[in-house]
Amino acid sequence: MFKKILIANRGEIAVRVIRACREMGITSVAVFSEADRASLHVLKADEAYSIGPAAATESYLNFSRILEVATRSGADAIHPGYGFLSENAKFARACSDAGIKFIGPTAGAMDAMGSKTRARQAMEKAGIPFVPGSSRGLDSAEQAVQVADEIGYPVMLKAAAGGGGKGMRLVHRREDLAAALDAARSEAQRAFGDAEVYIEKAIVNPRHIEMQILADEQGHTVYLGERECSIQRRHQKVLEESPSVVVDADMRRRMGEVAVRVAEAAGYTNAGTIEFLVDQQRNFYFLEMNTRLQVEHPVTELITGLDLVHLQIRIAAGESLPFKQEDIAIRGHAIECRIYAEDPEQNFFPSPGKITLLAVPSGPGIREDSGMYEGWTVPIDYDPLLAKLISYGADRQQAIARMRRSLHEYFVGGIKSNLSLFRRILDDKDFQEGKLDTGYLDRLLTSDAGEVQKPEAEVAAIAIGVFAMLDSEGADNGELAHPVSGWKRMARAEALRGVE
Amino acid sequence: MNTIVQIDGKEYRLKLERAAGGWVCVLDGREMIVDAVVVRRDVLSLRITGRVYEVKREASVTGTHLWVGHTPYAAEWRDPRSLRGRKRNAADDESPKKLIAPMPGKVIRILLQEKAQVEAGQSVLVMEAMKMQNEIKSPRKGTIQKIPVIEGANVNAGDVLAIVE
Repeated sequence: MFKKILIANRGEIAVRVIRACREMGITSVAVFSEADRASLHVLKADEAYSIGPAAATESYLNFSRILEVATRSGADAIHPGYGFLSENAKFARACSDAGIKFIGPTAGAMDAMGSKTRARQAMEKAGIPFVPGSSRGLDSAEQAVQVADEIGYPVMLKAAAGGGGKGMRLVHRREDLAAALDAARSEAQRAFGDAEVYIEKAIVNPRHIEMQILADEQGHTVYLGERECSIQRRHQKVLEESPSVVVDADMRRRMGEVAVRVAEAAGYTNAGTIEFLVDQQRNFYFLEMNTRLQVEHPVTELITGLDLVHLQIRIAAGESLPFKQEDIAIRGHAIECRIYAEDPEQNFFPSPGKITLLAVPSGPGIREDSGMYEGWTVPIDYDPLLAKLISYGADRQQAIARMRRSLHEYFVGGIKSNLSLFRRILDDKDFQEGKLDTGYLDRLLTSDAGEVQKPEAEVAAIAIGVFAMLDSEGADNGELAHPVSGWKRMARAEALRGVE
Repeated sequence: MNTIVQIDGKEYRLKLERAAGGWVCVLDGREMIVDAVVVRRDVLSLRITGRVYEVKREASVTGTHLWVGHTPYAAEWRDPRSLRGRKRNAADDESPKKLIAPMPGKVIRILLQEKAQVEAGQSVLVMEAMKMQNEIKSPRKGTIQKIPVIEGANVNAGDVLAIVE
């Protein structure tokens, strides 16, 4: 087993891995940019080293600096988290060259799955169902038109080298295709340095359902249940749940077996996720594979009772999976909300700044994976994910009730957060009935919010007066705010005079 | 205390008088018994005729908000003895208004010049932070008195971007 693991990441996922290390008796090494010395992952680690200026390219993406710290600190393994270098085959190779174990798949498996066109080609060879379209980059507008005619409109143009909505164009008509292809290619070039674009049939109102897999280095691969990830804004997931309301045991088994075949075809090891699009007839199509641990892994942990980060570390240390497919059981329901420092009233504009007050929910069925604390200043330089709030219940109804209750307890003061968005989603009838697809959130956000209920204006009016009176009386925390006699007040002032 | 408070632009007459363990409150003529516990700085547990509310006070560059549970209310209190007299909502307010940067970022476009006429809610300039753009709007109708920043300027939260009178 490793003695020391360097976590090449920041924020809530770095804290997550540090916690697993602590539980396993492994020394944790954090790295931090100039903007992150006071960040929670640094405060929680056993050791921490500076890796450069705030800009990610100079710090968290700077692999020579990270490897230099790993060597200097004596780390024998690196956990890359998600994002940053987690799917960077060059980095994985560099770790291996330096004799440091990369906790994740091999560079070869990343290469096989990292390019979406190469992944599609591999899937074609393995006989995996995928969204009809081209498996190679498009060479010309003529070729695009040809493929589009075969598969039928609407079609989706997509970048081979990356996601997040960049280099993507939905095309309804043949006459728009050439211009859309040009636009997609230049956007892809700017975003990923690679202009390769391919084409897929655009499925109407699909669900985005992904399957977690886990593979040891001895050739055993299992699937751990699916996650429903259709609630997205601009192709970024916002709320995830497990299991999906449309997946029954038989469909889960069929999707799981396909996912395992995909992983095996890629020679995959460690944790990974196979993404599928599911149409309204419940046909599922391979979309892509994510060769890393995902943000939303907690919902899978809660319904399976497994700790994925522990398992990642153990697999990387050479252990075999301690269970077989038939030992894995799904129980209950889990929902995760991603809390971002964003203002829903200002088109989700990022809201960096100091968190002046933080009240975090707890109680039955609540898990909170956070990277923030009260008094911390959210930096401008990175993705504004603050924390993940996860609820777990015996069934979906209970998970919803617990999430709604905990959203009432949650308060982030001093900056804007998207908590109000989740209250709105959890109150929404379509969400409660599980009527989801990737267009759900856009529809909710453009629909009339209805009159914003603000029935407690009078309470606010009274409160502001009470605050003002208490300010002038100098009341202390926890005291029942009652009038202090003149004598007591003077005595207190006298006592405080000697205090700096 | 006997004063006018403004919540989300609406005025209330508020009277608070100390009484055993709390206050007697008269709000727009209605009397009720109130007590409060200071949970921590800026957080109160307020009890109004038996109902309990958790209220948080949040001061920011854009003003004071009171959160009753998780619903925010813009709050101001005015001392009626002040020389400025009573004001209605910001759009009709006659005093010069400052447009403040709500977060650190960069001014990427200035849409209006000094001396230009502006309506309440009209965009005056565009700021960028974390690769997203935000329009900064005038809270009142008037004339742009001054724009102390230039396109390309980096600004901090609270910096004055424009003054409208």
